[in-house]
This record gives sequence, structure tokens and C-alpha cells, in this order.
Amino acid sequence: MPHDHDDHHHDNELDLMAARVRALETILTEKGLIDPQAIDVIVDTYETKVGPRNGAKVVAKAWSDPEYAGWLKRDATAAIESLSYTGRQGEHMQAVFNTPDTHNLVVCTLCSCYPWSVLGLPPVWYKSPPYRSKAVIDPRGVLVEFDLVLPETTRIRVWDSTAELRYLVVPMRPEGSEGLSEEQLADLVTRDSMIGTGLARAPETA
Amino acid sequence: MNGPQDLGGQMGFGPVAPEKNEPLFHADWEKRAMGMTIAAGAMGHWNIDESRHARESLHPADYYASTYYEIWAKALEVLLKRHGFVHPLELDEGRSFGKGTQPKRVLKAENVAAALAKGGPCDRPVAGEPRFQPGDRIRTHNFNPETHTRLPRYARGKLGVIEAVRGGFVFPDSNAHGKGENPQYVYTAVFTAPEIWGDGADPTLTVSIDAWESYLESA
Repeated sequence: MPHDHDDHHHDNELDLMAARVRALETILTEKGLIDPQAIDVIVDTYETKVGPRNGAKVVAKAWSDPEYAGWLKRDATAAIESLSYTGRQGEHMQAVFNTPDTHNLVVCTLCSCYPWSVLGLPPVWYKSPPYRSKAVIDPRGVLVEFDLVLPETTRIRVWDSTAELRYLVVPMRPEGSEGLSEEQLADLVTRDSMIGTGLARAPETA
Repeated sequence: MNGPQDLGGQMGFGPVAPEKNEPLFHADWEKRAMGMTIAAGAMGHWNIDESRHARESLHPADYYASTYYEIWAKALEVLLKRHGFVHPLELDEGRSFGKGTQPKRVLKAENVAAALAKGGPCDRPVAGEPRFQPGDRIRTHNFNPETHTRLPRYARGKLGVIEAVRGGFVFPDSNAHGKGENPQYVYTAVFTAPEIWGDGADPTLTVSIDAWESYLESA
């Protein structure tokens, strides 16, 4: 059962995978190939520093500053780097903007490509066969699972991340968000809205 | 390769089932598997394309029965064995028998921040001009290599339109197999759903892939 969110792995000291990974780490450490503390730092980076709040700040700035939005559209890597979000799995960024006519959805059918620098590590569903298989053939059916029903006339554009470009969806700015600060706007930007499986939250429900 | 990773358009996997308030990791071993994959990769003995190929070369039954961090951990073992860092018996016994291949470098804790911030850019200069321009009609190559490729099956032999020229990038089909980076121009190519999926396809849907130049022919 690959997609039951690992319930069979919880708190089980005899878990085979836990034992296998621990054995591998022991061997690599004994051989001096890895520094276990480096792994701690890597994990801490994605637990506490690099996550979807980065992307939310990019989107909020694009909503607030048309010049920045234009830069983000032309050269997303540089525009995002200007906010200090750089590095692994964000080396070559593209920002795609939702419009009233077109909704964008990002997938990696071949593996798990995801814009780490702005969204952090991908959720399990993004990396799993149901989403990867369905997003390119039945995106509307996928969106329904996220409680997102788009008008039948809305065009859907699916971006399959088959190369090293990483895609950030810029959702539409919600109605009623006029006058909010960038910080308040960032709170409306969900992770899923930047993948395309959601919309930005309306201010009253934020 | 037409392996288990090539999932676009396959059916029968059930609902996406997004988990509410999903934790970043579902078990402590996932943290170690993720970190080890990055740390071992930083030794510099294989590239991201070889890593991906190791993952998609798992037996399909194993691939589909594994969570993604399981896939990473299993592929990491394959890479470490292939490059002489560990012996299969060491994995069986869970201890080191001594030194194997000596690493070019070891990622230390104090260098992690810089290494992650630097990442691994894959853009490269390419001699000559791009063969295609935005608006050009193309047909994707139809081929079924047993080796690594990033042209998914659903997008082979299809008519599409070039939307953007993305610049030169390392060519994974050769780089995954130690045959050099051979950079090519990459393009975003767009296809209508009826072109890809035929009868009954959603006319409001378009799908794009990012395609290396040798995947494309003029149409």
C-alpha cells in the first residue's frame, strides 16, 4: 500500500525500512562517507527554513508590485533570488500566472520535480502515482479531489516538469484583498495554490 | 526507458487523497533517507540524471509498492554499490567491512547551507542557434530507448507548438549513463489534449513538456 501515507511506518521500532536506512547510515558513517550532522542540518533546513512561506512571499510581492510581477514573468530565477530564495531544485525557475481564462497546474509525471527553493519538500501525494498519472489526462478530476471546481470554460494548462525548469504558479489575487499589506497577502497564499491544486484564500476566510 | 516512473495517463492508481495537515515527514527514517541522498550525492560520483535512472530502474512491482523516500533509499543503495562505496554483504549485515571507493569530497555540516544555496545548476552554453523558435510547429520523436530519457511516452510522436526557448541544458539521456553532458537547447512544447489523448479529450486542456532539441522534429 504505497499511498496510505505510511501508516504502517508509524512508531514501529521493528519497521524494516527504518532498520534498513539506519544500517545504511551506520555503514556510510563508519566509512567516513557522510557526516551525520550534515544530515541533521539538511533536515533542519527543510523543516524550519525552506518551505511554502518563501513562495507565498514571492506571490504577495507580485500581487503588490506590478514591476516585480513583470520581472517574475520575464526572469523568475532572478526575481526570486532577489528575495534570497535560491539553490537546490530552484536553480531554473519559471513563474506561471493564473488568469480569469486559464488555470495552471504543475506536475512531474516522471519523478518528483518540485520547486524546493520556494515550496520546500513536496507532499506525498505530489510524488505518488495517482497524482502523477492523472494530472495530465484528467486535471479537472484531480482538482475536484482538492475541492476545486473550475468553470467548464476555464482553460487548464498542465506543466509537466520533464526538464530542470521548476514551476511556481502565481494564483489570482483574491477579491476583497485590496489594501492588505504584503505580509497579510502572503497569508492568503497556500502551498496548493502555488502548485495549482488550489486557489488563494479569500481574506475573510484567511 | 519505459519504466514504472513514466506515469502520465496511466490508470487504476485510485484517488490522489491529499492528506490534511500533512507532516513534512511521516517517520524519522524518511528524514535520514532524504538527508543521506543529498549528502551522498554531494560526494560527486554520480549526477542527478543517474540518480533518477537508478530510481526508475527499480523493478516496477517494487517501485509501485514503495513510498517515495523508500524509492530514494533503495536507489541510493544501488548507486553506492555501483560506485564501489559499499558491498552488498555490508548492507545485509548492517556494518562496514572497511574502506571502499574513496570519495572526492564529503559534505560536512558546516558546508550544508552553502551547498544547498548553490544547488546544481544544469544550464550550459550551447554552440549555435536554437533550431526552433516560439510558434514553430513540431512533432516529438517516437522512440523507446531502454536507457534514460525525459520524453514521456504520452508525448511521443505528437504534434505540438514551441512556446518558449529555455536555453541550453545538460542532456539527461547521455548524462545518466556517464556519456557526457552534451548540452542541447530545451524548449517548452505545448500539446492539445485531443492530440495526446484522442477521443473524448477535454478541449479546454493543454499540456506542456520541457523537451530537449533532439526530441523534436519540424512539422
